[in-house]
Amino acid sequence: MGLVVRKPGLLTTIQDKGRFGYMGSGFSPSGVMDWRASRIANILVDNPENASVLEFAIAGPTLRFSTDTFIAITGANLSPILNGKPAPMYRAIQIHRGALLRFGAPVQGVYGYLAVAGGGFAIPEVMGSCSTNLRCHIGGWHGRAIEGGDYLPFTTKSMDYLPFIESHHTPYDSFYGKPHETVELRVIPGPQDDMFTDKGLDTFFNETFTTTSKCDRMGYRLDGPEIETKNGSDIISDGIALGAIQVPSEGRPIIMLADRQTTGGYAKIGTVATVDIPRLVQSPAGTPIRFRRIGVDEAQGVYRDTERYIRMLRHRVHRPIASQMSPRRTARRLTPILQKQAEISRTKKRWIDFSTKGK
Amino acid sequence: MPLFEIKIAGDSALNLVFSDTTSPETSTAIRQAADQLSRDPIPGIIEMIPTFCSLMICYDPMKIGFDELVSNVRTRLTTLGGGHVSQRKIIHIPVCYGGKFGPDLDDVARYHHLSPDEVIKIHSSKDYLIDMLGFLPGFAYLGGLDKRLETPRLETPRTRIEAGSVGIGGSQTGVYPLPSPGGWRLIGRTPIRPYDPNRDKPILYSAGEFLHFDPVDENEYKSIAARVEDGTYECTTEVKEA
Repeated sequence: MGLVVRKPGLLTTIQDKGRFGYMGSGFSPSGVMDWRASRIANILVDNPENASVLEFAIAGPTLRFSTDTFIAITGANLSPILNGKPAPMYRAIQIHRGALLRFGAPVQGVYGYLAVAGGGFAIPEVMGSCSTNLRCHIGGWHGRAIEGGDYLPFTTKSMDYLPFIESHHTPYDSFYGKPHETVELRVIPGPQDDMFTDKGLDTFFNETFTTTSKCDRMGYRLDGPEIETKNGSDIISDGIALGAIQVPSEGRPIIMLADRQTTGGYAKIGTVATVDIPRLVQSPAGTPIRFRRIGVDEAQGVYRDTERYIRMLRHRVHRPIASQMSPRRTARRLTPILQKQAEISRTKKRWIDFSTKGK
Repeated sequence: MPLFEIKIAGDSALNLVFSDTTSPETSTAIRQAADQLSRDPIPGIIEMIPTFCSLMICYDPMKIGFDELVSNVRTRLTTLGGGHVSQRKIIHIPVCYGGKFGPDLDDVARYHHLSPDEVIKIHSSKDYLIDMLGFLPGFAYLGGLDKRLETPRLETPRTRIEAGSVGIGGSQTGVYPLPSPGGWRLIGRTPIRPYDPNRDKPILYSAGEFLHFDPVDENEYKSIAARVEDGTYECTTEVKEA
């Protein structure tokens, strides 16, 4: 059971949330670029949120399914086409054996996600994660990007796996905004914001920057006015968190992402709030970016709000829609209840049993 | 004076900054803090990244908020053993110096007006403290290279350096855990694998431990390499009271 890759698309890899616990040994955590989109994809097909998904950038892959299953496509809108017809996003889609999924022109965003029902791809974990680490050649599909001809296995359950498929969709995720719109990222200042002049901080928080073509899984380089430092931007190398904004000596920010190095020697003016990372990674080259100062408590507040929203989404997706309940499932649910009732009734003898009365 | 300063590194990480200059004492304090926090973990901490002067703590804001974490860390680290270590763990790394494994050994020797044997002797006579791991998985930044061996990096970096290569770059020395481009002067190679994703402990050593290089000849190199391949080789480790 699985799917055959006809065309690989761009930078197509298998990812999950990431490989944690080894950053102290110099391992970048890898993992999906857009944690929001990938977990929604998994929720839509009843997978654990951390199940492995297929991630692709700008150009999606062409895939032939050799099994009946359900899939969900989220993240960047790269015009998915299923068996020649436009396929919906942010919704569980039933797939029949032999189905062909391909992608057309990119409409919005950068990174697309495909989740497959049954708990993701059947691949071994390396150091506790299925994420592909391209630099170390580990995880995912043999430690490399997907190529044409690869056969990616997954385990699918029977076809009544998603009995409430009509509820398995989410409204359009307005979180990302519209294409070419200015993206505002909330930034927690530090750990080296004191190395910048007031003018430098002013530039950073008040001017507009743009994403460039030098944006990849490691980091997003932005273009814009020079951010002034007091005395250069070299520091003794320290740890780099997700979303850390390094400003090297030429004064343009680099935002560190999933495949980042774990340590680095440039001053970091601030860190992008975790919940805003998906908005950044879905910004193609040339997107205007502005930074807004936010405190750590406020950032953790919006973090918790987002977690609550996702939890709510999971509940809503699993909610049965009465008319859509399959007869088989209704029968399966009712049988034990009726049997139990019968059992109770038999022992309590609330009726006169004519058949034994005469004896 | 407080032991460390706390710096915010986003909504899911913070830095304990122990000093603004590198020193063996700082390394020791960071190691002790990391040890203390992993022995008696604070719920919500995901992992820690020890570096030259600071310890980064990555945590889950759903489990613990910034203020609570800070006060927990401060309570737990009030009694950091004032900068001395009771024990040092030393991992012995067999190295075949010179020849095809260390193409720059002769250049390094010439640069310092030493014989290649003297370079080997100096390089293999010290315990090097691992200040931090970074750059590549298992790439150890080692402190304490003998001043007599400090050699500038190559002007043109090599495009590929084999895994296990031992090199000198400026005032640093270390082992390349993966094939990689690099500008360090290569003086030897070890048959052991500092990094092996299929091993129980993928990275052989961690920050705060020491490495000691033991010279071996080419035959020993081959026999160790064969045992590494079988998975039967284990590095000698010793624990010294300091």
